[in-house]
Amino acid sequence: MVTGRNGAGKSTLLTMLAGRLKPDGGSIRAEGIGEASLPECLHVIGHRDGLKSALTAEENLGFARDLLGNPAAHPKAALEALGLPHVARLPVGYLSAGQRRRVALARLLVCRRPLWLLDEPTAALDLASQGVLAGLMKHHRSEGGLVIAATHQALGLEDARELRIEPSPPPSRPDEALQAEEWL
Amino acid sequence: MIRAFSALLARDLKLAARVGGSGALSLVFFLMIVVLVPFALGPDLNLLSRIGPAILWLAAVLATLIGLDRLFQSDEEDGSLDLMTGAALPLELVVLAKVLAAWLTTGLPLALASPLFGLLVALSPKAMGATALTLALGTPALAFIGAVGAALTATIRRGGLILAIVVLPLMIPTLIFGVSAAESALGGTVPFTTPLTVLTALSLIAAVVGTLAAAAALRWSE
Repeated sequence: MVTGRNGAGKSTLLTMLAGRLKPDGGSIRAEGIGEASLPECLHVIGHRDGLKSALTAEENLGFARDLLGNPAAHPKAALEALGLPHVARLPVGYLSAGQRRRVALARLLVCRRPLWLLDEPTAALDLASQGVLAGLMKHHRSEGGLVIAATHQALGLEDARELRIEPSPPPSRPDEALQAEEWL
Repeated sequence: MIRAFSALLARDLKLAARVGGSGALSLVFFLMIVVLVPFALGPDLNLLSRIGPAILWLAAVLATLIGLDRLFQSDEEDGSLDLMTGAALPLELVVLAKVLAAWLTTGLPLALASPLFGLLVALSPKAMGATALTLALGTPALAFIGAVGAALTATIRRGGLILAIVVLPLMIPTLIFGVSAAESALGGTVPFTTPLTVLTALSLIAAVVGTLAAAAALRWSE
């Protein structure tokens, strides 16, 4: 679990792990994934859900399955697991925020990938769906999978390790203040 | 990898058909320009049929710009591009699939519809055929050159104007050889195949360079 205040850098950390941002310094290594690169071993569910509003939920998930490879569950089965079997044929644009988020989460099930990166996965979810999500994460972990979630709420995970990102101190040091003045 | 490529191609074609967006729209825009020119020049049929291929080519270049700014931007905005970085598909092939889909929905319909629109500028049947052929061979170059601009402006809101300014000068060689090929079919000292071969070469070069450059631009903009 990654926690911290708004703007502390939780999402940035996850984006970096997903390979969409390059770190200024240091490197990211994963052990035991063999030939594949790190982005090919993980699922990212973030604020931008990667769903096309004009396509139906089933088409969106089918596309994700073909694109990401290593297919696991049928899109319909994945939607059923998230409690959304009735929206399979609806364009995603018609769904509510919570339903949309659940369709995005169903992507976790259509392809098998060992690492899940979840950025505030419970946003817009009702209590029942949060329970379902907790169940999914538990199952994933019991199969040896890894979940990294940035969150403000308890996700119902047992023995989860927490990384707390403290905000960087405000630029009050004299040299930085001097630099700021030079900019002005 | 082929599966991911075809999935992306199929998705973009489906989106183009479903949103009813840029494909039909650029065709209508193409028609508008071709209709406006005779109004501006007056009903001089000889003049129109002489400059007809040039008008059709110019209209095609401008019509390519319609919807071009959304080529990568829509995927960048909703996070689909993040999804694609997680695929085993290299970004170059992502670009190739998307441009191919864009060409199939804008460039190819333009080429196919051009004989019909050629009627409006009094083209002879031979010139219609020649213009359609040059458009079919030349619009891929326009699509790939446009893709570079679209990738550069993917993260800019309202980048459409910048896109046009960046991309249009790069399309000049294609325009020159497209028009000269179409006109050489009507007679003249240059054989038809010479500019046509250059035009085809331009398309092939644009396909390679454009794909690599657009992928590099997308990586760089992260």
